[in-house]
Amino acid sequence: MATAHSRTAARLMVSPAVILLFLWMIVPLGMTIYFSFLRYNLLTPGTSFAGFDNYYYFLTQAAFWDALRNTITLVVGVLLITVFGGIGLALLLDQPMWGQGIVRVMVIAPFFVMPTVSALVWKNMFMNPVNGMFAHIAKGLGLQPYDFLSQAPLASIILIVAWSWLPFSTLILLTALQSLDREQQEAAEMDGASPLARFWYLTIPHLTRSITVVILIQTIFLLSVFAEILVTTNGGPGTASTNLPYLVYAQSLLSFDVGGGSAGGIIAVILANIVAFFLMRMIGKNLEA
Amino acid sequence: MARKTTQTRKAVVTALAWAIGFLIFFPILWTILMSFKSEGDAIKAPLDMLAAPWSLESYGEVQTRSNYALHFWNSVILSFGSTLLALVIAIPAAWAMAFVPGKRTKDLLMWMLSTKMMPAVGVLVPMYLMFRDLGLLDSRSGLVVVLTLINLPIVIWMLYTYFKEIPGEILEAARMDGASLRSEILYVLTPMAIPGIASTMLLNIILAWNEAFWTLQLTTSDAAPLTQFIASYSSPEGLFYAKLSAASTMAIAPILILGWFSQKQLVRGLTFGAVK
Repeated sequence: MATAHSRTAARLMVSPAVILLFLWMIVPLGMTIYFSFLRYNLLTPGTSFAGFDNYYYFLTQAAFWDALRNTITLVVGVLLITVFGGIGLALLLDQPMWGQGIVRVMVIAPFFVMPTVSALVWKNMFMNPVNGMFAHIAKGLGLQPYDFLSQAPLASIILIVAWSWLPFSTLILLTALQSLDREQQEAAEMDGASPLARFWYLTIPHLTRSITVVILIQTIFLLSVFAEILVTTNGGPGTASTNLPYLVYAQSLLSFDVGGGSAGGIIAVILANIVAFFLMRMIGKNLEA
Repeated sequence: MARKTTQTRKAVVTALAWAIGFLIFFPILWTILMSFKSEGDAIKAPLDMLAAPWSLESYGEVQTRSNYALHFWNSVILSFGSTLLALVIAIPAAWAMAFVPGKRTKDLLMWMLSTKMMPAVGVLVPMYLMFRDLGLLDSRSGLVVVLTLINLPIVIWMLYTYFKEIPGEILEAARMDGASLRSEILYVLTPMAIPGIASTMLLNIILAWNEAFWTLQLTTSDAAPLTQFIASYSSPEGLFYAKLSAASTMAIAPILILGWFSQKQLVRGLTFGAVK
């Protein structure tokens, strides 16, 4: 049906996007790989070949293992809150109620708040040990105010990030719930299946795919959390809340170690690609359907 | 009897859902309320703060102490500019892939998506150095290009899933009637594609407005959008709660409103069509 003429036209129409994305993917990444093998510091003139030294130093510094542990804790912590919270909220919002539209709007709102705003609002207005709301409440109850961001920096950041992402998982799981086959549910009910049995044997299997999508997509974004850390703790105290992106940023743009930072960047790319591999397979499968 | 239990149940569900919804929304609500208080009242205990008189002084001061309007304008330029540029590149590409699919269309789509999986930090160093050497640091034009490129895969994907839903028979009918490729696009496809393009545009504006990696790394003052401007409140300015609240309220209000309109498209766009 498609003529040779329209094929050529189609190719011409796709090519700008392909060329741009190809350049965007290949040029900077190629440069990062190149820099990662150089002894290159912005403060000292000249560069020289370093072999795998940058990788060796990046991987053997204590900060890397802290950052790796923090990155994983952050991703897993936020995922646990948002997936279980999201399932619960989606099930609740799927029930008949008054003012469902308004509740939905309130629940989704945090997703639209830019990361620097959400982090600073939580940091100052809520977690500040002197004037924050939590401190006021603690004082009201006769307790000692807790300094969240210096006592438990990573947990506080997990809370802030989870607040921003809970709407995302809720919205996706709610969309999935609403496509559930009502007749199947009713048939099961008439056959005497208990609500728990219906939830376990009908709802959960139906949600599995959406839950996987939520986990994979959030992981991609959560591996790159940066702004929330920059404006709340600057990765500290020490390296207590430094994740991999923040470590790479600190090493390359704060310590001007281009070589070391690039090696760190490549390690971050490799980590993200492991996750991306599974995500791409999921989406690819769906494309055929 | 059964009627009564469903009503009770509905009341319980309503109360619970409203309570949780309110709790989740509370930080935003609190920020908005605080922005209408004076600086001295904003740090008072919560109930005293609420009781304090309302005022608009923080909104005025945010503008006089720092050029708020400039940063707001930067955000507008960056998000609209990058969205329009992405649409110009993506519409022909998505159109071609949806209506003239080849053997490799699926691979091409998957490859485009894979570029989105690369963590930004992996190319931070070369991007920063390139921007420095080209004199693009703290310039809007450089950032528009970066924001266009990072969102291009999502734009193409969203448009592709929308275009796919336009029935091919309509095109065949138009061709039978002797419509040229040009009039086919102009009179048949465009009217059917406009809703999809509009939703794609909306979602992309939201994503670009809130982007907080490249905007923080590549701008300092002149080209700084609201993400960077608000970040400058991290210390010690952040202790001025009322001004921080006013700046934050103005930064999130336009997107909150746009966002509420785009709930459905959000799911589709962010899951690359995997959940509709």
